[in-house]
Amino acid sequence: MTAEFTPEEVRYVAALARLALTEEEVASYATQLTSVLGHIDTIRALDLEGVAPTSHAFALENVFREDEVIEGLDRDEVLAQAPAAEDGRFRVPSILGEAP
Amino acid sequence: MTEIAPGWELTVGLEVHCELQSATKLFCGCANAFGQTPNTNVCPVCLGLPGSLPVLNRTAVEFAMRIGLALNCHVEPSIFHRKNYFYPDMPKDYQVSQYDEPINLDGYIELPSGTRVGIERAHLEEDTGKTSHMGGGGRIHDADYSLVDYNRAGVPLVEIVSRPDITSPEDARAYVSELRSILVATGASDGRMEEGSLRVDANVSVRRSGTTELGTRCEVKNMNSLRSLGRAIEYEAARQIELLEDGGRVVQETRHWNENTGTTSSMRSKEEAFDYRYFPEPDLVSIAPSAEWVTAVREALPPMPSERRGKLLAAVRSASPDVDEHAIADQIVTVVDLGIDALVVAAIAAGADGRLALARGANEAASRPEDARALKVESFVELLHLESSGKLSATQAKSVLAAILESGATPAEAIAKLGFEGVDDAALAVIVDGIIGANPQEWQRFVEGDEKVAQFLLGQVMKQTKGQANGRVVAELLALRKGA
Repeated sequence: MTAEFTPEEVRYVAALARLALTEEEVASYATQLTSVLGHIDTIRALDLEGVAPTSHAFALENVFREDEVIEGLDRDEVLAQAPAAEDGRFRVPSILGEAP
Repeated sequence: MTEIAPGWELTVGLEVHCELQSATKLFCGCANAFGQTPNTNVCPVCLGLPGSLPVLNRTAVEFAMRIGLALNCHVEPSIFHRKNYFYPDMPKDYQVSQYDEPINLDGYIELPSGTRVGIERAHLEEDTGKTSHMGGGGRIHDADYSLVDYNRAGVPLVEIVSRPDITSPEDARAYVSELRSILVATGASDGRMEEGSLRVDANVSVRRSGTTELGTRCEVKNMNSLRSLGRAIEYEAARQIELLEDGGRVVQETRHWNENTGTTSSMRSKEEAFDYRYFPEPDLVSIAPSAEWVTAVREALPPMPSERRGKLLAAVRSASPDVDEHAIADQIVTVVDLGIDALVVAAIAAGADGRLALARGANEAASRPEDARALKVESFVELLHLESSGKLSATQAKSVLAAILESGATPAEAIAKLGFEGVDDAALAVIVDGIIGANPQEWQRFVEGDEKVAQFLLGQVMKQTKGQANGRVVAELLALRKGA
């Protein structure tokens, strides 16, 4: 049984991602995301007895870098890319509320 | 269970964020350094520029393992997750952290009082940038705009989450104090709360005494010292109790500790739960430390503070059996915290007075801990012998110790430089006789038992020797002459 991705869920996820969607887009994404859930159902239908869960597509682990300093970017060049800078720092609009 | 107020019990769980002392950040080669010019240690990875990819710092992983093992945790295979949120302190709009598969699980700390506090987990994550709110007096809600420095973004952190085993503000402080000592001992952290390399958040709840269900908790942030941690917990517990006794309910929320007003206040404009949409970080592979690596890290761990305190106390006790353990408890903690215990233990083993070695360690040496750790044991022992044999007064010994710590000189050199060679006993005897001869009335009163006049006579000797005579020797000479 395929679970349905409701328009309310689309609006919630869009709000979390700071996306403004039109009603048409909400309806369209609801259909598309429902079909994505359908793919999950396909996987669920498989016999996965004895198959370990995985978080990555590659069978790789312990990829490390040595703790050696590498020169970073030039500050003025970096700040020149920003919409606004002040006093050597990025200037951003006032932030309401706390840092999560 | 002790009560925080009549009829009420307190439950506290602590989350401690500890910056690791690696040379570079967690996922890039930018320098991990405090107090530098803003935005000078940044690169495409820690600025979240498109197309950049993180690569994990091996040393940071090893530091995290050290911390976990020092806290009696199991090191587990682990992965990173993205914690998604929009806030300008993270330019990627997510923080790379560990979620349901952290590197260290299920340990504990034993406090000096004997209380055991469970550690739920100690996981790796990256620190955020630093925002400064401009205008509106620097208050977040009134700010006109904010400035962001990303030097700290991506600095490796280990977040240590305790179980809610803490039941008093004192235990909360003792826990952080002990944790701090352990972190410093591992070499993974400098433990500096005032510089923000150790940050503590407290989950505080109260419940009626005798009940078992935990009350609704509030998370209190922004305590930057052990003292403010204790005060914040006390305040928050009292606030919750008052609310509940008035028939209200505690709202689960994050509250901000204000050091100046001594109160906590709600940080959110409205009640909303964050939905971080954690998912596995696709750009980083899993960490699976081999059994050999874990064993090597475990075996390389230096002795922990509790063990070192035990050794130091045993050494002092063996040299000074009648010592009052309560009276020296703070000195023991200080000496171990500053890493001067090896010096003190070695000095006692070489025959120095136990109480004196500890006292000089906890005071004079503690004010220059780096120099004290480099001090030659022989120099320290020689100095302590000079003091305990009375060849140097306590005041002189303190000055000499300060001088040898500062200059690296031997005690003899420092004594010569400070002019503390003193007056040899024969010369001093002549001076004492001279003073007696010049002050016959005072001497008569001294002989008759007037203790106050002893100070006068001593003062006269000191004046004549320009303070270089040893007071104890003078007192002995005076007593000898009186008794004769």
